[in-house]
Amino acid sequence: MKRISSFRRHRIAGPILVVAALFTIATAFGVASALPSAQMTVASGTSTLVSQGKELFLRGCSSCHGLHAEGGGIAPSLIGVGSAAVDFQVGTGRMPMADMSQQAMQKKPLYNPQETAALAAYVASLAPGPAAVTNESLNYERDGNAANGGTLFRTNCAMCHNFAGQGGALTNGKYAPSLMGVDPKYIYEAMVTGPQSMPKFTNATITPQEKLDIIKWIQSADHEQNLGGASLGRVGPVTEGLLGWVLGLGLLIGAAAWLAMKAK
Amino acid sequence: MSNQIERFQDPGLPEHVHRNADVDPRAAKRAEQQVAILFLLSAAGTVLTIASYIYVKSSTFVYLPVMGRTNLQQLLLGIGLTAATLFIGLGAIQWAKKLMPDEEVIAERHEFRSEEVDREELVSTFKERADASGIGRRSLIKRTLGVALGLVGLSPLVLLRDTGPMPGEYLNKTDWATGTRLLRDPDGQPILASDIEVGAVTQVLPELPAGVERTLENTGKDAVLLLRLRPEDFNLDPERLSWTHEGIIAFSKICTHMGCAVALYEQQTHHLLCPCHQSTFDVTRAAKVIFGPAARPLPQLAITVDADGHLIAKQPFTVPVGPSFWERNSSNG
Repeated sequence: MKRISSFRRHRIAGPILVVAALFTIATAFGVASALPSAQMTVASGTSTLVSQGKELFLRGCSSCHGLHAEGGGIAPSLIGVGSAAVDFQVGTGRMPMADMSQQAMQKKPLYNPQETAALAAYVASLAPGPAAVTNESLNYERDGNAANGGTLFRTNCAMCHNFAGQGGALTNGKYAPSLMGVDPKYIYEAMVTGPQSMPKFTNATITPQEKLDIIKWIQSADHEQNLGGASLGRVGPVTEGLLGWVLGLGLLIGAAAWLAMKAK
Repeated sequence: MSNQIERFQDPGLPEHVHRNADVDPRAAKRAEQQVAILFLLSAAGTVLTIASYIYVKSSTFVYLPVMGRTNLQQLLLGIGLTAATLFIGLGAIQWAKKLMPDEEVIAERHEFRSEEVDREELVSTFKERADASGIGRRSLIKRTLGVALGLVGLSPLVLLRDTGPMPGEYLNKTDWATGTRLLRDPDGQPILASDIEVGAVTQVLPELPAGVERTLENTGKDAVLLLRLRPEDFNLDPERLSWTHEGIIAFSKICTHMGCAVALYEQQTHHLLCPCHQSTFDVTRAAKVIFGPAARPLPQLAITVDADGHLIAKQPFTVPVGPSFWERNSSNG
């Protein structure tokens, strides 16, 4: 007893007690705040897709997009954007945004496909808009014409996404992403909804058949093999020039220095 | 005595330092082997080139980190040819630096002026031959030669005409006229105003009169970008607003700086960006330049609809499209 009470009066007893108390509080808070997220998983079968979506929307999206998806100061209205926009934005992980940077970036999706479908169904129920598609419904392999797709791509897409679909810079840190390795359905949905900086390419501007042509061309560009050596990113004279000036000239300068050096 | 500066002595050339290979036979042998190895590497490169041409199928692709899927034959041909030529050069340099003579040699220069006898002989020979040619006596030859030589200089002067003719009105005018239908690029279909949604962008070319073929030169002047915004987003003067149709607005796609196609449209900011030099145009303010080197806004095309609801041009462009040129008609800006 005497030993304990002497420890209690020790100089470091106070700080240790404070650290221990803080640790306990933090752990308890962490457990407590983790509990609601465990309850967030969708209880399938108990309610319809739309009401599930509404619930998810109120929890995850309404702080920016408004309680009725009417939009706000920092986020656009989602009334009439259709399920295609939700499937694209949420399915590619662009929404919810990680931070208010120049543009929403592609990342690991936060919602699973079922939750994404529920959100899409809710937003689609607000007002009619372009409908989400699936990879299976786009039979571009059979119906697409890559040659025509290439012509359409160069006329409508190449100015931002680069002539080989590698993406490119816009203003103020915004950019058009690369189209390599993108699911066909997301390419289709991006065209009909015009996400973020991208303009809309409605069925009047580019018909559904022409959209399949474009997708087929992008897929064939994606699987393009390098016939003549390294592609250097297929971004044209930038990397080619950089390599030529740095590596090519560097080698020449090195050779010149070697030639002029006195042999030992 | 103390003021006298000590004269600096010219130290002359430093003593010649011999290379290892000059003094040590073993080093010389080593250098010889190095040169031989470089030449053998070149030979191996040639063998690789020929072997990969004969034995590697041109349809074989391999995956390489960084490079991606690459044609094996082309890759080996490149490596082989590089080695074959590069190592000959490297071997020759190594040979010259390590083994070829390395002694300083003084070569005395002779006087530039020729010997007096040679000079006199040249003059007398020239005079003798000129006399023999009879150019002094045969004045007909002398004069016609003068005419021929004088005229030769004229032909390059006449060929300078190829820098013309002046463009005349060609660059001031486009194929857009009052009532010209807007056609969708590339399929050439007329455009219903009701088909264009807010936030949509369409690439447009003018409908040409029957029998007139579309040329690349004309497309370079005629290309137009059609956009639809919410009408309340516009910040236009009444005249320019009357050139739009229910939020649909059309601009020349040719940048007023250097003539690149301005078609990077950011539908949230309503900015048009030129990919060449980053000139940025604000669509809501009649394509006013808000960034970059362009000096003038993109020319706006006045549009309206015909009886069928198809978009047509209300009038031709009021200013020449594209970059500045000397003869540009700048009366309207």
